Parts: sequence; structure tokens; C-alpha cells
Amino acid sequence: MTTIARFRSFCCALAFLLSVASFCLPGADRAQAQDLSGPLGQIATDNYGNTEAALGELALSGSPAAAGIVSALADGNLVFSPSTRQVFIRNAAGALLDPVTLQPVADAPAVKPVRVNNRIRRAIEAANGALSLVSPDAAKRLDAAQAVGRSRDEAALPALETALAKETDPRVKTAMTLARASIVIAKEGITPAERIAAVELVGAEGNQDALAILRSVPDSAAPEVKQAAADAIAGIERNLAIWGAAQNVWYGVSLGSVLLLAAIGLAITFGVMGVINMAHGEMVMLGAYTTFVVQELIRTYNPALFDASLLIAIPVAFLFTGLIGVLIERTVIRFLYGRALETLLATWGISLIIQQAIRTAFGPTNREVGAPSWMSGTFDLGHLAITYGRLWIVIFAFLVFVALLGVLRLTRIGLEMRAVTQNRRMAASMGIRTNWVDAMTFGLGSGIAGIAGVALSQIDNVSPNLGQSYIIDSFLVVVFGGVGNLWGTLVGAMSLGIANKLLEPYAGAVLGKIALLVIVILFIQKRPRGLFALKGRAIES
Amino acid sequence: MSTLDTRPPALLGTSGQIFLAITLGVAVLVPALNLLLPPDSPFYIPTYVVSLLGKYLTYALLALSVDLIWGYVGILSLGHGAFFALGGYAMGMYLMRQIGTRGVYGDPVLPDFMVFLNWKELPWFWWGFDMFPYAALMVLFAPGVLALVFGWFAFRSRVTGVYLSIITQAMTFALLLAFFRNDMGFGGNNGLTDFKDILGFNIQSDGTRATLFALSALALAGGYVLCRFLVRSHFGKVLVAIRDAETRVRFTGYRAENYKLVAFVVSAMLAGIAGALYVPQVGIINPSEFSPANSIEIIVWVAVGGRGTLVGAALGAVLVNYAKTYFTSGLLAPYWLFMLGGLFVAVTLFLPKGIVGTFYEWREKRRPPPDEAAPPLAEPRPAE
Repeated sequence: MTTIARFRSFCCALAFLLSVASFCLPGADRAQAQDLSGPLGQIATDNYGNTEAALGELALSGSPAAAGIVSALADGNLVFSPSTRQVFIRNAAGALLDPVTLQPVADAPAVKPVRVNNRIRRAIEAANGALSLVSPDAAKRLDAAQAVGRSRDEAALPALETALAKETDPRVKTAMTLARASIVIAKEGITPAERIAAVELVGAEGNQDALAILRSVPDSAAPEVKQAAADAIAGIERNLAIWGAAQNVWYGVSLGSVLLLAAIGLAITFGVMGVINMAHGEMVMLGAYTTFVVQELIRTYNPALFDASLLIAIPVAFLFTGLIGVLIERTVIRFLYGRALETLLATWGISLIIQQAIRTAFGPTNREVGAPSWMSGTFDLGHLAITYGRLWIVIFAFLVFVALLGVLRLTRIGLEMRAVTQNRRMAASMGIRTNWVDAMTFGLGSGIAGIAGVALSQIDNVSPNLGQSYIIDSFLVVVFGGVGNLWGTLVGAMSLGIANKLLEPYAGAVLGKIALLVIVILFIQKRPRGLFALKGRAIES
Repeated sequence: MSTLDTRPPALLGTSGQIFLAITLGVAVLVPALNLLLPPDSPFYIPTYVVSLLGKYLTYALLALSVDLIWGYVGILSLGHGAFFALGGYAMGMYLMRQIGTRGVYGDPVLPDFMVFLNWKELPWFWWGFDMFPYAALMVLFAPGVLALVFGWFAFRSRVTGVYLSIITQAMTFALLLAFFRNDMGFGGNNGLTDFKDILGFNIQSDGTRATLFALSALALAGGYVLCRFLVRSHFGKVLVAIRDAETRVRFTGYRAENYKLVAFVVSAMLAGIAGALYVPQVGIINPSEFSPANSIEIIVWVAVGGRGTLVGAALGAVLVNYAKTYFTSGLLAPYWLFMLGGLFVAVTLFLPKGIVGTFYEWREKRRPPPDEAAPPLAEPRPAE
């Protein structure tokens, strides 16, 4: 053995070690270079048919150098020497490189670029897809597998199978198996058993894509295959329908909790005092603006607290709107007891004044209320997409409901409120200061509207008209649910919310809303005092 | 509210005579000052003012219709704007058909917005609106039938008080949403506008405007006499009894729901007439007329003028709307809502009987007490 040969074998070993150590160093491996000599030789003939065949081989070769060669071909940088039938890659500087080792070639012959036409370009694309199936990057392999699954290109099948055999990452493997099944389903010349296996594999996926794939089972397929596909389709459709309904119910619960927040304060004032508070929506609006102001102050003085801004805004809004409520009760409403319908007018007037005051102070345009980090983002529950903001609002609405229930059930003032609701005169005779109860009730109802505003500031535009958009819905919830019973409000809000969202897919948003209004109007005919009416003589009149 | 019952049972009291005299007077005077005087005369009334005053008169008629059911039956309708708007739409549809080929697209049958929406033929509910008598009938029928159906359900099930108010509000809100839809075939949110002529007369001309004004005044006078006649009759006495103690009326053997229903339908038709007269003078009808806020505003006119006085309702409508025109056009424009809101609060707090009601009360006090002074009846207060 000569020194030179020894040196050479040493180089080989070193290069091999290097290539094992780092997969990313392409071209250093002489052993693989031999694998590519076939396709490279074909490319060097500069015949379209040969080039296309060579691309197919390159794609399946699994060689790290293949990707470089294919992209050089795509860019027109793959050249060949007509005389020596050698192929080179021309780099940006114009130097010729060995396509496998990427080393500069010492004595460059005269070269011509390898010709490319549209057929070759398509083959290049396919080869690129196949090559990313064996990319060292698992994320790229996953993407490629999904892309192949979506395209369902039969030509990609050999590459896919090669890649599948080598794949080790379980997630990528699943994706590849699915992609293979998607192709196999529509392929000619597949045994029924194999096709059924593919159908089952795809059917287990259970989403819209799987549905489309299953529908592509060819008519020529065996009857048992078609049966399996039909079963799988029916199963998926059932499944999707259930998830779709669940998604709508979730939207409905979300809307219902918003309605609950907006209406629950109204239910209290209406139930206890028989007062229709038209300014209730404006209390919600004031709550939202309180949130805005709190956030502005936090931004100015202590930006670190921003994530806590909503938690700070809740008590502030409760106290602020509660105080406004007590103020309204003391200055206007207490003079109007026994004249419920006129209270409606006075509070409507108050609502106009509050709206205009906010418009004057903050301008008529929407104000930006930020969402703290824990309110943003989405997570998947099965096939449901749930946003954290909505989830928190649902939770918050129920917390408020429970808290209010607790206040009414367990506290002294709650007891007095219930007494006044049931029979005002009797309660007064028993020594309850109904005036004071009224003021407290109005303050409580307004305060709850305020904290509803804090929540609504997260999902609605904070503008002077915010309250107007909720007032009619809130009234409907209250009359639907019935007066004097918080459970009625809960059931009313949830059923209106869910009914609205279930109607929407069939009737569209506006018609659904109209249908709901008509339903409520008709329902009131059947139960003129709402779902949970107080029974007894007190109600007549 | 007992003031009315103690007054002599003439069809028209003093205030009614004054009201009619004024209404009929302006019906002649305003068109005359507009048409007969040269524009440079100090007494000349410009045409736009005639239309503005005409608008007030239709509002007054609308307020009258609300007072009939709120003041005398105790039905607080928060959706009366819907009846007004339906009457207006019926008239608007007639006016749209009169445009004919003069529209932007020149289609002889289809109104512009339908051509724009690529509709091929007239929807069935537009049939017949090229004939004025049919349109006039619809002005009464559309609101009347809606009121009949709605009232039949609501009164039979004894939906009363606040609940009734809320569902009337829901009704007008549903109609608002419906009329905003382009697919409904009523012009979507643009509504109906760009009218050319009415019964062959140019709708912009001074003569037509003056005639429309005179008609509005006559309609108001006629509406007043009708309402007066109704509330003075036995029928009206039952209505007032229902207002004050519905359960007792029912126990006495009256079918309270039928009485309420008739009053409600009559009131809706009056509102429809008001709407039909409003549209040609204003030149547009769009879905915002259905907005619940509009309907609540009507209630305020009545409350300001005096609920249950009829004359007061008309007066309140004119006064509030005059104030609105005055304040929304000047420097004070940003404060108009403060004023309107303040008016609501002030009237309910300090003037619960309204302007005319308070005046009646004051007049009662000045009158020498009759010989057999009956002890004043306490305000009826149903058992709680």
C-alpha cells in the first residue's frame, strides 16, 4: 500500500466519522457519492427524460447531497461538461463545485447549464417534497408529511414509503402513516384489505380533511371497501356534528354568561323595587370606562401591575357604579315609588345624561382596553377552540352569580331584600326600612352592572353606546326568567344565549336574533310572569 | 287622572275647542302665508318651515295615539314607533312606485334598490302599491293587523305593566333588525327615499308641501275628535276603569282584553296615519324609525304635555320637537342630550301630570267648590 492510498483511506475514515458526528455536513462522504453517480450521469446526458428519472432517484436516494443538487437544478446552477459528462454546481462566485463534496474543482472544463422545462420543474417540486420527508429537521418532516397527505399525490408514495421506513419520531411517523393511507385510499391496484386498513386509519382521524379523503374512495373499489368508507364517513359526520353542536353550545354559554352579567343587576333592582332601570346599561358602560381609567393609571404609574389591572378594576368599578346607583336612587327614584312606568322614563333620561357626559369627557370613539396576558390565547378541548378570555368571563359570571346568591341567602340585607320583594307593605310593617333596602338594592344592582362592565370591556368596544346594546337583551332575560328569582335570571340568560347561538347557523345572525325575539314574545304570552314567577297574591295587580 | 271624569260631558271641553280652533286655524293660515305672500314679506313662511311644522303635526298625531292607550288604558307601549314606521313604509312604497322610470336605473317597475340587488321581479308584498287607494288602505292595515295580532296574544294572556312594555320594545327591535336586512325588500338601511311625486303632484313643490301640511293638521284635528269621542263614550269609561283596576273590571263582567285590543288597534292605525303623512314631508323613511329609543321619546312628549289629556300629548310633541330642532342646530348641540335627559327626569319628578295636566289641576282648584262637595276619591290603588 502506498502512502497516498493509506492517506486516502484515512481521509475516508475521517470523513465517515465526521458525517456520522454531524448529519449536516453534506458531501464529505465518499461512500454515498457513489450512490449518486447514477443519477448524476443521467443528468449529464442533458436529456429531459433522463433528468426527470434522475430527480426521482435523487429524491429516493436519501443522500444529504441530493437536496443541494435539486435546488441547484431549480436555480439553473447545475452545469455539466458535454465533453467529460461530469456534473458540477456553480456557486455564486461562478466557481465550479463537485456536486457531492462541494469542493471546488481544480481544472474546470467548459460547461453548459442543465436544461430545465416545465416537466422538470414539476419533477423538481416533487423531489423537493420527497427530500423534505427525509430532512434532518423533525418539524420539516412533519410539515412535508402533512403536505403530502393533503396533496394525495400518488407519485410521492415511493418517497413516502422510504421515509416511513426510516422514520423514528412517533409524531412524524403517525403523520406519514396517515399521509400514506390518504394516498393509498384512492390508488388503483390496491388489495381491499390494504384499502380497508387505510380507510380505518383515516377514519380514526375524524376531521374535515379525513372526510374529504374518505370521499375519494374510487367507485371501482370492492364493495366491502366502500362499505367501510361509508361507515367511517357516517361516523366522522356524527362526530363532527356533535362537536359542532358542542362548539355552538359553548358559544351560547359564553354569550349567556355575558347576558347573565348584564342582566343580573337589573333582575335585582327590578325584582325588589319593581323599577325598570333604563340606566342599567349605562352602569355597565361606566364599569367599562372605569376599567379603562384604571388601566391608564396603571400604565402611567406602575406598568408592572398591568396583568392585575382587571382585578383592581373590579372593586373600583363596583364601588364607583354602586355609589352612582345610590345617588340616582336618593335623588330621583325614591320620589317615584309606586309609579314604575314613570321610573322607566326618568331612568331613561338619566341614561341619556350619563351617555352624553361620557361622550363629552372621553370622546365618542372607542377606547382601547387592553387584555392582561392571562386573558389572551386559545386552547383546544377535543375539537373545541376555547379562548381564555371567554373562559374567564364564563367563570367570572358564575362567580358573581354565586356571590350574589350568597348575599341574598345568607346576609341580613339579603333577607330584607327578599322580604321587600315578596311583600313590600308587610316587610315595612315588620320594621324593615324599605327605603334603606331600596337604596342598598339599587346600589348593589348598579355595582354588579359595573363589574359586568369590567368583564365586557374585554370583549366589546368601550364606547358611550356600550350600554345601549345590552339593555334590550338584559330586559328580555329578566322578563323571560321571571322576577324575584336569581335562578330565573340564570336559566333565562343561558337559554337565550344558547338558543341564539344554536339558531345562528341555520338562520344567520340577524334572523336568528329576530326569531329569538319572537320566541320570547310568544313565550311571555304563555308565562306572563316569566319562567320562575313568584306565586301568590302579591303578584296580582 | 280623575280630572277628566269630573268635567262636563261635552264632546269638546274648553281646551278641546281651543285646540281644534288652533289646529284648523294653522291648517289654513300656514299654507296661506306660504303660498299667497311674496317671499320678502315679513309674514312669509318659507316652504322648509311648512314641512318642519307639518312634521311636528304628524308627531303630535303620533303622541295622541300613544296617549289614547297610555293615558286612558294604561298600556305603556315602548314600540309605538313601529306602527308609525309601518304606516310610513306603506306610504313610502307608494311613493317609490310613483318614481317609475325616473329612477337612477330607469326601471319602470322595480325601485332602484331592487335593481341594484339584481332582483328580477317585484316581490308580492309590493304588489298594488302603485295604486294610491291600496296604499292608503295599507297605511291603516299594516299597523292595524300587527297591533291586532300582537294585542290579541298579549292581552288575552294578560301580559300587563312592565312586561308588556318590554315585549313591545322587543317587537319594535325585531322589526328594526328585520328592516335593516337588504333581503327584506324594503331598501335595507337606506330605506326608501328620492321620492318624485304624490298623486301626480311634484312632492317638492310649494303647493304640495302646503297641502300636505294642511292634511296633517286636519288629520290631527280628526284624530283628536276621534280620541275624544272614544274616551268620553261608555267604551272610554271602561278603558279608564281598566287602567285603574283591571282585575275589578274583569270581575264586573267586562272582557277587558277586548276593550284593550280595540283601543290598541285604533291607536296603532292613528300612528300609521301619522307615519304616512310624515314620510312625504320628510322625504325619507328608513329603519331607524323602528329604533326603541324613538319609541321611548314619544312617551316623553306625552309625559311632558300631560298624560291622559290628549291635548297635552299633542302640545308636548310640538314643544319637545321644537326644542329639539332649536337646540340641535346651534352652539348648544352637544348639550341637547343633557337637556332631553334632564327633561325626562324633571317632568317625571316635578310635573308628573305634564303641562296640561298641571294646568287642569290649577284650574280645578280655582273653581268655586260645588255645594255638595264630595270627598275627593283617593287615587285607586290596587291591592298588593
